[in-house]
Amino acid sequence: MTPELFLQTVVNATYAASYMALIAVGLVLIFGVMGVINFAHGELYMAGAYAVVALYADLGVPFFVAVAVGLLFVGALGLLMEYGLFRPLRDNPLGGLIASIGFLLILQTIAVLMFGVHMEHVPPSTQGKLAFANGVVLTYQRLYVILAATIAVLMFGVHMEHVPPSTQGKLAFANGVVLTYQRLYVILAAVILLSALWLFLRKSKFGWALRACAQDREAAALQGMSINSTARIAMFIGAALAGVAGALTAPLVSPTPFMGDPVIITAFIIIIVGGIGSLEGAVLAAILYAFVNTFVTTIYDGTLANIVGLLLMLIVLIVKPTGLFGAKERA
Amino acid sequence: MPERARSNGLSWVLGLLLLAGLIMLPRVVTLSQQELLVFLVINVLLVASYRLLTLTGEWSLAHVVIMGVGAYGSALMAKELAFPVPLAMLAGASIAALIAFLLSFPLFRMKGFYFLIGSFAAGEVIRLIWKWSELTWLFGGPKGIKLIPPFPDIEVLSIDFYDPVNYYYLCLIVVAIALLILYRIERSRIGLTFHAIHWQDKLAESVGVNTFGYRMLAFVIASFFAGLAGALYAHYVGTVNPNRFNVEEMVYVLIWAIVGGTATFYGPILGVVVLTILNEIVLRALGIDEMRPLLYGAILILFILFLPKGLESLVPKARNWLAGRKAKRQGSERPTEAKLPAE
Repeated sequence: MTPELFLQTVVNATYAASYMALIAVGLVLIFGVMGVINFAHGELYMAGAYAVVALYADLGVPFFVAVAVGLLFVGALGLLMEYGLFRPLRDNPLGGLIASIGFLLILQTIAVLMFGVHMEHVPPSTQGKLAFANGVVLTYQRLYVILAATIAVLMFGVHMEHVPPSTQGKLAFANGVVLTYQRLYVILAAVILLSALWLFLRKSKFGWALRACAQDREAAALQGMSINSTARIAMFIGAALAGVAGALTAPLVSPTPFMGDPVIITAFIIIIVGGIGSLEGAVLAAILYAFVNTFVTTIYDGTLANIVGLLLMLIVLIVKPTGLFGAKERA
Repeated sequence: MPERARSNGLSWVLGLLLLAGLIMLPRVVTLSQQELLVFLVINVLLVASYRLLTLTGEWSLAHVVIMGVGAYGSALMAKELAFPVPLAMLAGASIAALIAFLLSFPLFRMKGFYFLIGSFAAGEVIRLIWKWSELTWLFGGPKGIKLIPPFPDIEVLSIDFYDPVNYYYLCLIVVAIALLILYRIERSRIGLTFHAIHWQDKLAESVGVNTFGYRMLAFVIASFFAGLAGALYAHYVGTVNPNRFNVEEMVYVLIWAIVGGTATFYGPILGVVVLTILNEIVLRALGIDEMRPLLYGAILILFILFLPKGLESLVPKARNWLAGRKAKRQGSERPTEAKLPAE
């Protein structure tokens, strides 16, 4: 493996880690607060992508406006699920899971009916999309900072000063390395949104209520927290994160109504490896999974990479079912 | 006792009527519906074997992939090793059971949701192995195996199994025997132990029940019959590929089981029959076949919200209602007798 290829793979893996983290964190948040595994999460991602297809590619709305609308739209879908499915089935977690499978089928069919089963092509949203040679210098460094910062901010709340600025020397290698702005957006969005979520959960009153509900729903209710409103917030945020991931990656992956299927499998692997109730674990596992998957794909092939990912999850399930980073056992 | 004899007589009559109906059925439908009947019978075996697994309380997402193991195994046995097809079918089912035996060591360390996801992952690994380019020489990659030898014709009686009606009868016999075995297992001591593990696994363990062993047994038996269903499928269609056994097909099995209900033996069978008929009559007749997932999704949500115990929970209700009507009618015929105990 040449150094250029290695660096390029690192860049690709970072991008993959970013959007997977967005999806997996939403899934974990919903599970933590509501106790339901949302099988339709991949379809929320798909809905975000189609919002961009409809608004940006078909109607010519500016890209970031389309992304914002996509975020709100998918968040609203999340609220609909909370109100229509998960609230009536609150005492029946398996029922919630099954109902979300039903919702998945409905969303897929609606996408097929509205857009057809062919692949959509979404033009990239920036002109200077390829940053060769010169661009690499900046982006690669930024990437390292971004990556380290995500881990640092999410895990320890430390600042960027702690990141070792050691990448300068390696930049000469990076001649052929490419990072499109489009991918950079995804990475930036992941960092910004996940940091914002972290701040929200740690610092705001709603965030405290949310975490209290995740720990012990009845005790939280006894303290006067509304379970309904915390569930609503969790569902909105969780869905919106998946929607943003879909909206931002729409120009990069050709959206199809079934694009959610591989994504939900990946998200399950990540949340199991990371520990099912742990947000930090989901982020770290997303990074771990993305690097393993991207490197195996580059060196060998995609099918083997998927097998390795699934085996990784099976091993974690067998050896440490609480996940690599999930310390506490959840019912 | 006379009560019981009469109801036995009634169930004999009903059984014979059902048998006559099943035999006559392919004669009154169109050719494409005859093909559907073959698949319906195979699906009945699939969903009934799935129920045996759910008896121990675990919901697997690998059942359709296990069916695929039976299909691939049987197809390869017949095509590459030139086994006679009926023997290859049994061999395929046995391979499915063997795979389930091996999988149960990692999978039954988990319970509930973890088992669900673990079985899903295990199934996906098997599916990816089928697709893997390194093993294309064996499994044929994403395109799968083609030109699987069909079930041999019985020349003496000039029965040609290419004809869907004949294959339907063959499936009907095989599936009827399989259902009988499944039913006997459920009613046996083993089946009662499965129930005990479902509702009180700690208690069962404390009185000396090997819960792991029984969970494994349920999984292996269910997988054998799922594999048999797969083998019946493979030698009828003549081709198998990894996508035929993907998670979407598994979702349909789940929907059949949930819509029918899993508390009784006939519940899942009711589910698959009713939904297949609905699918055939409503969707195909209206020409909106692409709406199928939407309809299934909506049905699933409505059932889980409003009829969580499935269609089977309507049966005792209907029986009570009928009994109530009967009592009322008898009451009006013989007013004095009926009124006496009330007053």
